[in-house]
Parts: sequence; C-alpha cells; structure tokens
Amino acid sequence: MDSVVFTSVVLSIISASTPLLLAATGELVTEKSGVLNLGVEGMMLVGAVVGFAVTLTTGNAFIGILAAALGGALMALIFSVLTLTLLANQVATGLALTIFGIGLAAMMGASFVGQPVGKLPALDLPYLTDLPLIGRILFGQDGLVYFSFIALGGTIWFLFHSHAGLVLRAVGDSHDAAHAIGYPVIAIRYGATLFGGAMSGLGGAYLSLSYTPMWAEDMTAGRGWIALALVVFATWRPLRLLLGAYLFGGITILQFHVQTLGLGIPAQMVSMLPYLATIVVLVVISTDRSKIRLNAPACLGRPFHVSG
Amino acid sequence: MALAGGIGSGGAPSAQPLLRLSGIVKQFPGCLANDHVDLSILPGEIHALLGENGAGKSTLVKIIYGVQKPDAGEIIWRGQAVDINSPSHARNLGIGMVFQHFSLFEALTVAENIALGINDKKLRKDLTARIVEVSEAYGLPLDPNRAVHDLSVGERQRIEIVRCLLQDPKLLIMDEPTSVLTPQEVEKLFATLRRLASEGCAILYISHKLDEIRALCEKATIMRLGRVVAECDPRQESARHLAELMIGASLKAPIHGRQADAGAATRLVVRNLSLTSDQQFGTDLKQVGFEVRAGEILGIGGIAGNGQNELMAALSGETLSAAADTITLDGVAAGKMGPDGRRASGGCFVPEERNGHGAVRDMTLAENALLSGYRRRGLVQIGVIDDSRTTSFAGEVIRGFDVRTTGPKAEARSLSGGNLQKFIVGREILQKPGVLVVAQPTWGVDAGAASAIHQALLDLAAQGAAVVIISQDLDEIMALADRIAVIAGGRLSPAIPVADATIETIGRLMGGGIESGLEAAHAP
Repeated sequence: MDSVVFTSVVLSIISASTPLLLAATGELVTEKSGVLNLGVEGMMLVGAVVGFAVTLTTGNAFIGILAAALGGALMALIFSVLTLTLLANQVATGLALTIFGIGLAAMMGASFVGQPVGKLPALDLPYLTDLPLIGRILFGQDGLVYFSFIALGGTIWFLFHSHAGLVLRAVGDSHDAAHAIGYPVIAIRYGATLFGGAMSGLGGAYLSLSYTPMWAEDMTAGRGWIALALVVFATWRPLRLLLGAYLFGGITILQFHVQTLGLGIPAQMVSMLPYLATIVVLVVISTDRSKIRLNAPACLGRPFHVSG
Repeated sequence: MALAGGIGSGGAPSAQPLLRLSGIVKQFPGCLANDHVDLSILPGEIHALLGENGAGKSTLVKIIYGVQKPDAGEIIWRGQAVDINSPSHARNLGIGMVFQHFSLFEALTVAENIALGINDKKLRKDLTARIVEVSEAYGLPLDPNRAVHDLSVGERQRIEIVRCLLQDPKLLIMDEPTSVLTPQEVEKLFATLRRLASEGCAILYISHKLDEIRALCEKATIMRLGRVVAECDPRQESARHLAELMIGASLKAPIHGRQADAGAATRLVVRNLSLTSDQQFGTDLKQVGFEVRAGEILGIGGIAGNGQNELMAALSGETLSAAADTITLDGVAAGKMGPDGRRASGGCFVPEERNGHGAVRDMTLAENALLSGYRRRGLVQIGVIDDSRTTSFAGEVIRGFDVRTTGPKAEARSLSGGNLQKFIVGREILQKPGVLVVAQPTWGVDAGAASAIHQALLDLAAQGAAVVIISQDLDEIMALADRIAVIAGGRLSPAIPVADATIETIGRLMGGGIESGLEAAHAP
C-alpha cells in the first residue's frame, strides 16, 4: 500500500475512533460505579452543539471544549438527580435523556447550522511531524486525540491503582456492603456519572470541532450507542475499550471504502458490524459466568436507597 | 498481637477484666432484649455466649461493637468506663468482630476487600505483604490477589478474621462462626482461635452449638430471654446440662386439657425418611419416622440447624423423597409428589420464612391467597383465575383471622410480620387441610398475633386435622402439642406425650447429636 494512503487511512481511523473512546471511557467509569446511563447519545449531541457554539462565539476552541464537557456534565446531572436522588428507573431515564438531548441540541443549534468553524489546531513539531509514514500519525493530532489517551491511562490508574478508584468499584459491586463500611454511595455515583457526562460532551465536541468542523442535527449518528455497546464489548476493562474503540472506528471507515471500492456489500451491512460484534461478544462472555461476575459491576442499574 | 503489659494475665484470679459489662439494658419495641446483663471477659480468655435464638446474644455483642447503644448500664474497657458509639470506635479500642454474614465485594480481590475496611491510611501500605504475613502466622492461608468470587465460604471468613487481626485486636467477637464451615474448617478455625488466645487476645464466641463450646471455650455465659441465667465452665458440664440451662428450668404446663383419641385414624405417616441436604451446610435427614393421628398435634423441637429446614421441605414436597411410601398423606403415598399433588391429597404447609417463601411480598393478598389455595378452593377454572372467588377467599382469611390490612388488594409487603403470618396461617387453615405442617408459626410475631395463631391451630386439630408444628420455641410446643419429638443432627427422637416430657428428657434429646448414640446403646 502506498504510504500516503496508509497514513490517510490510519488518520481517518483515529478520528473516527476518538469520539468513541472519549465517550466510552466516561461511560465505563459511570457503569463501574453501578450506574447505567443510556443517555450517552444525548449527552454527546449536547456536547457537540455547546462546543461548537461556544467556540464560534468566543473564537477560542479551548473554552469551547471546556463548555462542551460542562454541557455533557449538566445533562448527566439531570440524570443523576432523577435516578440517584429521586430513584427513577435508570433505563427509562437514560432513554429519555437521549431523546431530550437530541431535541435540545437541535433547538440550541438551529441558528448555527451551516456555519463554518476552524478545525481544532493540530500538533506541529519541527522534524517529528514531518517524519514519513508515522510523523502525522504520532505527532500531528489535535489535543482531544491526545487527551483521549491520557484520559484512558488516567482512568486505568484511578480505577486500579488508587484507593478512591477501589471505593468506586466497590460501590458498583455491592452498594450495601460499601454503605455498611461507611462509604458515601450516592455521592460517589454522582461523581462517576458527571465524569461520564463530561467525557461524552468531549466526544461530541470532537465531532463538531474536528471530525467534521460544523454543526448538523443528529451529527452523532448513533455513536453514543456504539460507545455504550463498547463498554459491554470490552467487558468493563479499559484496555479492551481501547481495542474496541479502534476496531469499531475502523469499521466505520471501512464502510466508506466498501462503497468506493464497489465490493458489492451494502454499506448498511458494514455499519451493522459493531452491533453484531457486541452481541457475539455478549454471548461469548456469558458462557463464562465467573468472568462476567468479576468484571461486570454487580449493582449496574440497581437503585440504592438506605434502608433501616 | 501480644497484649501489652499482660498485667496479671496467665489466669491469675485477681486479673483485671479486659471488658466488664454491668447492668446492660436494651429495650426494643415489644421486647426486652437485654435485661440487666453482666459479663466480664479476662484477657486471653475464650468466652462462650450461649443461648437460643432470641435470647439476646446478638443484641449484646452489637452493643459491645458499637452498633447499638444500651439504654442503661456501663461498659468498662481495660478498667475505664467507655461509651462505644460506633464500630470504628470499637475497632480503635481494639475490639474486632467477625459477622455471621460477611459483607464482601465479590468482584474484588482479597487485598482490595481488606483495604476497603481499613480506615488507617498507614496500614494500607504494604497491605499485601502484611496479609500474607498475618495469614501465615495464624494458619489462615489466603492469597491476597485472588478474587473473593472464587473463594469458599471458609476462605471468605478468613478474610474477615485477617482484617480484624491486622488491626491488633484485644478482643475478637465471633458471631456463630461455624454455621457455614465444614468440620475440617471448624478444626482449623479452633486452632487459630486457641493460638490467638494464647497470645493474650480474648475471644467472645457466640454459638448455640454445645459440642463446639465444650471443645473450645473455658468459660460460658448462658443467656435466656435477655437475662444471664448461668455462668459455668463448659468443659466441666455435660451437653445435656448446658441444653437445660439454655432452654430454662421451667416448662409451662399444657394449656389444653384434651387428650387425643387413641383410636382416631392416622392421617400422616412418615417412615424411613432419609435425605441428603441440597444445601451446602445443611443437615442430612436420617431415618426420620413418625405418625400423626386425626385431632392430634405433634410438636417437633430442637436447636436451630439440626434438620428442621430439610424436614419441612421433605414434608411439603419441595424436596422429593426417593420412595413414594416414605410419606403417606391420608392413605396416599405422597413421597414423590410435589407440593401441588400433596395439597390435592389434603396437605397444607406454612414454611418458616414468611417473605418470599410463605408469601410473595410484591403481590396482593388476593394473589397470595390464590397461589397456595387455587387447587383446594377451586379458584382457577379451565386455566382462568376466578377473580371474585379469589378476592372473597382472601377476604374470608382477613376477616376470619383478624388480619389488620386495607383489604385483599393490599400488597403483602405492606403488612406487619404478625399480620402477614396470621394471613398465611389463615390461608392454609381455611383450605380445610387433613394434615397441616407449620414451621415456626409465631417467629417474630407479637404476642397477640401469636395467641391467635395458637388458638387457630388448636381449633383445627379439634376439627379432626393432624397438625405438625416444627418450632424452636419449646414453650409453644408444650402449650399446643399432644406429643413432642426432638430433632438433633438430622435424627428424630421417638415422640413422647408432653405430659411426660421433663426438662431433663428434652435437654438430653437436644444434646442428642453427641450423647444419644451412647445412651441409646445402653438403653434396654
């Protein structure tokens, strides 16, 4: 393969995978604390529109990205109040959050449709970025791509090497036992859910500021659902999440090439692949109950209220 | 681990008690759980707290561990009066406790579980190495990196013990630690506890297993109905005498004067019932046999966990017998029938556990009435529920048994324990059973509801049904039954008329797991 083609394919895979990785990392932390937030798609859309609007208005992409994280976190806050404080059903509330987010983002973004915004600035190091083949891949990305890796590494360190992360996993595994020892279950879940919202917001911002620097209604096009599926696909393990995000990102890119290469497979079939893969993985891991038990948060989706 | 100073330890009579309780009183609504309890524990002593369920043992240790506060009384810890207001306060004083039901995180490793329960940040460092060190030193093998999910119950208990030991306890409280262990694990645990005691750590050991206490403990405090009734050296006492102390020296006289008609038809026959328990730590039934005649009440007593649950499941048909003729219901060989078939043959059953077994908490009373009564009351016609008959059946139970509720549409969970129990017992009695088997009919039920249930059982027998009451409450059996049999270690003693039952005979039968074999061999 031509080295230019190789570089451009890898670059497009990275940009297709980054929003998935950002949103899925956030959702993984949320789910590890025992909260199932199905509103990722809605939170991503709100992040996308807020990031776009603030960047366009202030002319500062950094402020725009912060605003996108904040927007996603605010959506997650609505979810948290409803499910953690008011004990609403998490599945129904999450679905509602997505529907609400789609509508809210469309309304907020109505006046921004079709307007251009500058693409996020990419890293440009002398010599390094100009290296053949890998130069642009390793040293020519924008900040959110690097951040997605830093966030994943930070999440791994937090979850598996810090006491606070241990407490978070404990809350997801048995909220009753965690409460009995004296940990604040609800506060920890608020924190994890807000983090998940902020990360979804960043994933959305990447779409509207870098992937395709513009705002269009429904521009996430189901990526929130893929991010949710990814968490299950990765069996709640962060490193597999990285693998999954790039696999699913690769499939997204593949569907474009399927069309151009004229392989005779409908593009829709290819875009089904991530979901098919998730189902296959679910079936495969379900055959080993103890694997599931060790990685899936046992309290996922179960409301916690202090009794007696 | 050694007790600092160790002043006067080594069994000197003048030793200062590590812990002294005096005049502890704890009142719960409707029950005086602790009535001026005095207790003192010496350093390095293995001290048994012995009593039946409900004697107030658990309340007392919860007070020591700071889970509950006493209404009155004094706690003196190493010579100083203290107010223990939380478990973490108790841990800081040097009191550790291993609970009967562990609260562990299954998906986390041993080391992670222990880290979660340790408040002291300094202790969390090098935890893995310390766990290995402590677990090896005390013969409690544990791999700190294994997930709890993969561990046996015995290994899980070790986690709790190691967690306590890491915090250098002076007093270790063990709440029924052996109820979930295999005999081999019990022996290992005892070796560890003896070792700990020899290093000066006192152990408060709660149990109702007499043989264990005699093997392990050097002092025993026996409680009954919230009061300390005796203190003794269990090594010097027979299991029979301990059982007598536990169940009390006064048996109430029967409240009924009736005599079962010796010529009445036999309605329930159990013969050669042997079953291997499907529970991991259950008791196998061995050659259980008895008969109950029409109009007769048979009481089956015994200390908890001696096969009562297995016997109830075998009688109700939840566990099937190997042979059909082990259980005969009104002449029908029912051993291989499920609960539905047995109900069709005239059997009705009240299991011990109200919530989730006797009744479905989230269903209405009418639905709960349907669940067990549909066959005998004809509440289902060609596969369709007859709503009006179901509702009126539930209403009949509610009125007939004075169930305090808003009506048949109320959810079972909305009822108090006593009211739900009245409903369940009433539901079975109104199905006019030929044979009724009830387990713990008045467990956790207030006095008013209990006497109503007792009267209903007496009335049912008077109408000609055969009634079996499986109960740990001897007073209840003595008040209701015509004959009593005792289950111990999965074997059922021959039934004797309650009028002839003395505290000595019942105590001997209850301690039977250890002694009856010998005595039976000497019996003529």
